[in-house]
Amino acid sequence: MKKLISSVALLIIALPFVTVQASTPAEDTEAFRSYFKKAVPDVKFEDFQNGVYALDADSREQWIEIEEFPPYELAIDKGTELWEKPFKNGKSFASCFGEDISGTRAKYPYHDEAQDTIVTLEGDINKCLTDNGEKPYKWKKGNIAAVSAYIAYEGRGKKVDVHPKTDKAKAWYDKGKKFFYAKRGQLNLACADCHVYNFNRKVRSELLSPALGHPTHFPVFRTKWGEMGTLHRRYGGCNKNIRAKPFKAQSDEYKALEYFQAVMSNGLELNGPGARK
Amino acid sequence: MRKTFRVLSIAVSALALTGVLGIAPTAIADDKSALEKGKKLAFGIKKGNCLACHMMSDGDQPGNIGPPLIAMKARFPDKAVLKAQISDARAKNPNTIMPPFGTHGILTEKEIDLITDFVHSL
Ligand code: HEC
Ligand code: HEC
Repeated sequence: MKKLISSVALLIIALPFVTVQASTPAEDTEAFRSYFKKAVPDVKFEDFQNGVYALDADSREQWIEIEEFPPYELAIDKGTELWEKPFKNGKSFASCFGEDISGTRAKYPYHDEAQDTIVTLEGDINKCLTDNGEKPYKWKKGNIAAVSAYIAYEGRGKKVDVHPKTDKAKAWYDKGKKFFYAKRGQLNLACADCHVYNFNRKVRSELLSPALGHPTHFPVFRTKWGEMGTLHRRYGGCNKNIRAKPFKAQSDEYKALEYFQAVMSNGLELNGPGARK
Repeated sequence: MRKTFRVLSIAVSALALTGVLGIAPTAIADDKSALEKGKKLAFGIKKGNCLACHMMSDGDQPGNIGPPLIAMKARFPDKAVLKAQISDARAKNPNTIMPPFGTHGILTEKEIDLITDFVHSL
């Protein structure tokens, strides 16, 4: 009971932070960018898509070496294979996404006005499967990450370009924004605590990445996982670390969070799949 | 820069102090093992995990989100104030990133006492 009261009290403290400023997504993006620019003036805007490697020369060198034999290459191969393999009805992924997928990655995430939901790339991969009478993939790794990696790879070089235009879209954006700044879990930490206010500092030996650019390079091969994972898998990991119950991959919470993070990262290059420690 | 220097010089004098006091014959075995317990709790990843954010004592690979915990007696002459900071840092700074160890039940009262004694000795 005492715990409950304190977490309610804490919400009240945390909320004004988010809701008091009635700002548009475009204004938020601008403020977000200038915060990071001011904090690390030497880091070029285009470099923020590289996470911690934009900040630390030593780990950047290791990372560039890793990129010479990219650990995500197998996933791209697997994704290509799945892309080309016909479904039982004879169709394939191209029947949903089209033959030319160079612009596909950059369409996501987007707000679907009719369904009033956020559509993610992974969501549409599984929708394509079920629409064609196939079994959907599991959400966080394996085949879904492979197909997502293939589409990301084919769509490299396009820029993040996500703009909530309608009131409904804006509501999803606000939900993601609130999530991002709200303290949660037994450790009482917000995403922003680590990836905004304390980015470029260390938790134990781990340098904290800037939230600017977070979604550009997913799915990612993470050495610690020894395999690929989606953005929502990473969200779940960060929620567990603060001893909060993680939400399900592709839950409304994480879709809203992805939408918000994409808006914050507008203008950065999509450079997935990526490799991270 | 000047600030780092000051922190450093505090660290050095703190080291010098413990160098002298550490071998004081009055150190009782019991106190020592209590301090050891506090240290273990403070360092343990499942418990205080203070090293995630603070440089302290001989702890391995500390983070640098919070200030180094050194010369604590000078900065916290009153142990109760130190304990309050560990129990719930929000009392002093509502937006703190430091977890409310007591209020959120991360550590028990007894564990916080042991950690407080250990940190106070730094
Ligand atoms: C206690 C600190 C902490 C909190 C709170 C936290 N994270 Fe993280 N996060 C980390 C660490 C450490 C890493 C690994 C190093 C890095 O890339 O930042 C990481 C990595 C990430 C990455 C991968 C970055 C990359 O370049 O691949 C994303 C995305 C991310 N976090 C998002 C979030 C979101 C969203 C939240 C809130 C739901 C959150 N984090 C909360 C510590 C934290
Ligand atoms: C997630 C980060 C984090 C963790 C974990 C953490 N702290 Fe802190 N701590 C901070 C920050 C940041 C401050 C600076 C004051 C503030 O912002 O509240 C601080 C301040 C303090 C202070 C006051 C220092 C001063 O000079 O005023 C003490 C004492 C302290 N912490 C002790 C501890 C102990 C003991 C633990 C473990 C049981 C711990 N902290 C765990 C982040 C943390």
